[in-house]
Amino acid sequence: MSDAVVSNSDKQGAPPAHAARGWLSRALDSDVFYSFRRSKLTMVAAAITVLFFLLAIFASWLAVQNPFDPAQLQLMNSRISPLWTADGQSPFLLGTDEQGRDVFSAILYGMRISLAVGMAGVIFAGALGIALGLMAGYFGGAVDSVIMRIADVQLTFPAILIALLVNGIAKSILGNRLDATSMLVVLVISIGLSFWVGYARTVRGSVMVEKNKDYVAAAQLIGLPAPVIMLRHVLPNTMGPILVIATINLALAIITEATLSFLGVGLPDTMPSLGTLIRIGNNYLFAGEWWIVAFPGFALAALILSINLLGDWLRDALNPKLR
Amino acid sequence: MLAFTLRRALQAIGVMFAVGIIAFSMFRFAGDPVNQIVSIDTSAAEREAVRKSLGLDDPVPVQFVRYFGDAAQFKFGVSYQFRQPVSTLLMERMPATLELAICATIFAMVFGILMGVYSALKRDTALAKLFQAVSLIGISLPTFLIGILLIYLFAVTLGWLPSFGRGEVVKLGWWTTGLLTLSGLKALIMPSITLGLFQMTLIMRLVRAEMLEVLRTDYIRFARARGLTTRAIHFGHALKNTLIPVITVAGLQFGSVIAFSIITETVFQWPGMGLLFVQAVQNVDIPIMAAYLLMVSLIFVTINLVVDILYTVVDPRLRSTVGRAT
Repeated sequence: MSDAVVSNSDKQGAPPAHAARGWLSRALDSDVFYSFRRSKLTMVAAAITVLFFLLAIFASWLAVQNPFDPAQLQLMNSRISPLWTADGQSPFLLGTDEQGRDVFSAILYGMRISLAVGMAGVIFAGALGIALGLMAGYFGGAVDSVIMRIADVQLTFPAILIALLVNGIAKSILGNRLDATSMLVVLVISIGLSFWVGYARTVRGSVMVEKNKDYVAAAQLIGLPAPVIMLRHVLPNTMGPILVIATINLALAIITEATLSFLGVGLPDTMPSLGTLIRIGNNYLFAGEWWIVAFPGFALAALILSINLLGDWLRDALNPKLR
Repeated sequence: MLAFTLRRALQAIGVMFAVGIIAFSMFRFAGDPVNQIVSIDTSAAEREAVRKSLGLDDPVPVQFVRYFGDAAQFKFGVSYQFRQPVSTLLMERMPATLELAICATIFAMVFGILMGVYSALKRDTALAKLFQAVSLIGISLPTFLIGILLIYLFAVTLGWLPSFGRGEVVKLGWWTTGLLTLSGLKALIMPSITLGLFQMTLIMRLVRAEMLEVLRTDYIRFARARGLTTRAIHFGHALKNTLIPVITVAGLQFGSVIAFSIITETVFQWPGMGLLFVQAVQNVDIPIMAAYLLMVSLIFVTINLVVDILYTVVDPRLRSTVGRAT
């Protein structure tokens, strides 16, 4: 476990901007890593996050069955309670659901989808927000006011509402051509369009400060084109806050995906994420089969809580005022 | 002051105009409205007649003006799935959502302020630490998980509260209320807690931070020096001054409460606008989606406008800075 913790902190400790020689020793020596070592809660949260990521990556080796493959599901095995209860049966650690799907395997595969959609959503939102924020901050004037007015308007609406609207529009345009895979893309786009504002505002603010510094003037003087200056010179200096937003947004993106799937407008039963599993399990709550909903719910809650704690810590650690 | 109010109102109208364009484009371009109305074996000529009767062959700007004019009179077209006017459906369900949102806000304010004041005054007690932990969970847990947990505890295991619906409702004119019957009140408890929990943690953290700030100021020290009782200082002086930002935040959050009721209403099968909207997204019922977007935007924009204007009335300093900034 300690290996996993160290490798995770490396990723966050090493400033991506100047990953030069000896980055490992520099990362281990940094203030960020020092503050990581001092907070037990953060280390636990990091450990849990890494564990969940590993479980998701190695799901196909760890699971006793592939819950997406109907051939492997047997109705004979349906509604078995968890192993430690009186009616538990051997390979099904956390019990099975209505279709004989092993809950533990379903959680592993669902976690994989939740994390993948969350990460893709964060990357899409980040790319969009950073690009628009760079343009708004660097060019100023009309470009700036158009982008920022759109951001202001969007900020008055909750992300979940925007995600639902984008989702509904995509569905009505695609109609019947919508299968599970294209639903993944629709979800990533809905999440990306709901969360770009945070990045755009932060990047714009940093760019407005950075662009008046001498190094930008120097780059302009030697005739570098604007995109190069923005991406190679200005952007690296705005990475700290972006990393914090990305971490906190990962938790929000996972919540949004889970909520959409729970509401029945996200991933279908044939390709369940954690949110879909909770929606399915919720139907069996009254029959007393609590394990079908409880374990996916617990996994989702633990994942979100750990990522949030990491995000909180990263925000404090990267904020020089609090040191 | 008048100039500021006017400028702010103009901005609000601009936002509503932008939202209107989005709603109209959804209505007009996302899927063919004719296909939703006629059956598969309708002939091309009949389709053309339907198209004409809906005015879909007019130029797009004309259609937009007509859509806007209709929307201003609360005419949003006919729902694809219910075959009823959208405005009727929305009006039927609005009381349920508003009652839920108001109860959730009251719950959030009362418990948020109480817990916030307690954890500011007795910072190191176990109970204050427990409140902090609860607030972290309240912010981290998705709404629907909290709802499911409450249902499992109080409906499945203990059997104290109903798990879905509004209970018995009483009709007061066009408004239906669940506040006057016992089953209606019981049905309100869990949805209100689920919906209000996030706001409660927000208010609790805000009250705690503001109280700690105010307790350090000179006038509190002076009040102590005057020999006022601790009670009078804490509640007469400190709490009073923390309440302005709290009421502002609660007011601004009311719009989000209405939007987030989408999730709570789905968990508890609460027959409100949010549930209608989710069903519309599931069944691609564009007229309802567009109308819901317009209604919620109107509520949001109005609340923001009123809060902004009230702010400048209460605090003249804002007026001058806003004037200078623009």
